[in-house]
Amino acid sequence: MTHVDVSIVGAGVAGLCMATEIAKRGGDVHLYDREPQIGKHACSWWAGGMLAPFCEGEAAPEPVVRLGQEAADWWDAHTDCVTRNGSLVLALGRDTSELKRFARRTSNHAPVSADQIAQLEPDLEGHFNTGLYFATEAHLDPRRALTTLADKLRAKGVTVKTTAPAQNVNRIDCRGLSAQDALKDLRGVKGEMLVLKCPDINLSRPIRLLHPRIPIYIVPRANGIFMLGATMIESSDRDRITVRSMLELLTAAFALHPAFGEAEILEIGVDARPAFPDNLPRIRKQDCTIYANGLYRHGFLLAPAMARMTADFLFEGKRPEVMNAD
Amino acid sequence: MRKFYGVTLKNPLMLGTAQYPSPAILAEAFKTSGASVATVSLRRENGADQDGGQGQAFWSLIRALDVKILPNTAGCHSVKEAVTTAHMAREMFDTNWIKLEVIGNTDTLQPDVFGLVEAAKILTDDGFEVFPYTTEDLSVADRLLNAGCEVLMPWGAPIGSGQGINNPLGLRSLRAHFPDTPLVVDAGIGLPSHAAFAMELGYDAVLLNTAVAKAGDPAQMARAMANAATAGQLAALADPMEPRDMAAPSTPVIGKAFLS
Repeated sequence: MTHVDVSIVGAGVAGLCMATEIAKRGGDVHLYDREPQIGKHACSWWAGGMLAPFCEGEAAPEPVVRLGQEAADWWDAHTDCVTRNGSLVLALGRDTSELKRFARRTSNHAPVSADQIAQLEPDLEGHFNTGLYFATEAHLDPRRALTTLADKLRAKGVTVKTTAPAQNVNRIDCRGLSAQDALKDLRGVKGEMLVLKCPDINLSRPIRLLHPRIPIYIVPRANGIFMLGATMIESSDRDRITVRSMLELLTAAFALHPAFGEAEILEIGVDARPAFPDNLPRIRKQDCTIYANGLYRHGFLLAPAMARMTADFLFEGKRPEVMNAD
Repeated sequence: MRKFYGVTLKNPLMLGTAQYPSPAILAEAFKTSGASVATVSLRRENGADQDGGQGQAFWSLIRALDVKILPNTAGCHSVKEAVTTAHMAREMFDTNWIKLEVIGNTDTLQPDVFGLVEAAKILTDDGFEVFPYTTEDLSVADRLLNAGCEVLMPWGAPIGSGQGINNPLGLRSLRAHFPDTPLVVDAGIGLPSHAAFAMELGYDAVLLNTAVAKAGDPAQMARAMANAATAGQLAALADPMEPRDMAAPSTPVIGKAFLS
């Protein structure tokens, strides 16, 4: 087997999955980032953590749905952060036609009645008449998952260095949007999210609330914490949330359940997702560097598959399906 | 063919650029349909109203479509907001064209026609070529033309509703009252048959977004819309027959006692 010795630049979700996968297969890994610890500087810190390949099929092309199905098992094998409770897609009274469209555009779901919704999520009883249940989907706590990967790598002697990467080894670039200097067709898609604390409500799985203008999702974390997201704006701005976005997110949460009116806003997250023009990820080789990028809104969903394909390429010479040269 | 501020459109389809699954699919929709105009919203999708420049990647994708760009003031709820957005758009896209939207109701997104007339006057005085998103109301149309607009864009139905042409009588009447003004049915079109119908009424173009962007196959739907709009346009120019309330056989009925 080929001996693999690589520098991975960027220790967000793409870089950490990459390092984990390559180290697992016996490669030597050097990991670099501008910060020694995963945190707010990384786009994936703000992720929802939905492992929902089928739901994503509503707007995402086929490879996302297929490759995303690897994610839950991979995360389960490397962390203890995965919850497999499926996901629930709902719409308010007059938006129920959105559910029909969503059902047509996706697979692996079953319609649920008001009673079934109440069984799945007792706190939503009486609020919704109909919905879609994606039983095989999962979610995770992204921050715990990232920290777990970093800790396990550290235990193997792989620490995140903030120095300049070594010049004489092959490099895997997982810098996300920062790689715009080398990947000219990479763009930013701004996302805004909120972290809420709402002990009055208990949810067991991610809920997507469909709306023709303002679709949102809410992902439960432990201890009454919820992640509420996320806007999609064609901009690489990652500084601040707008009043409009904040209003839209909070209005939607309030519409999902009035008890969110009493929630506390713990955090406001703003960042830009790295995306190529077709919103599909790419593995691209330029000289001695392999770029793994363009995970768009599918960081946790696609990083395992990206890592696997890159490792297959390095160890076995197998050409990844998402590899291209443009 | 009526001209839009001196410009003849090569195709009666104007397409919005929001809500597509990806910029690549957006580009494909323009390519397969041959749509002649791309409307772009400055307020919402790009963050340009904050510090400019952040949406550059998206804008260069739009520019690369190589179609006429019609920036719009989508989402503006006041005259001042709309005027400011129009100025930003002119700077950014180097065009005097502006689709003027002043929204009057957050639920139906129907135009605030009073604010619309006021903003149209301010902008035309400032050298803009205004495409006002309006209702089919004749007196509002009159005011807009007096304010300097040379194009009118009445709605077919509320934005994004896909309800089609809700008030054919009103749109017909608008066409009849303003025979020389280029008219565009903007908003509400959900199906190609709606687009064809709008064009059969003698309209000069249709503008739509959601029906294409949210279709399962946006590129194919865009092509269907372009074909339908063109069919409607050809039909209108071909002087269609008048409907009548009895059968009129196209072959003679010699030997039959048809005058009984």
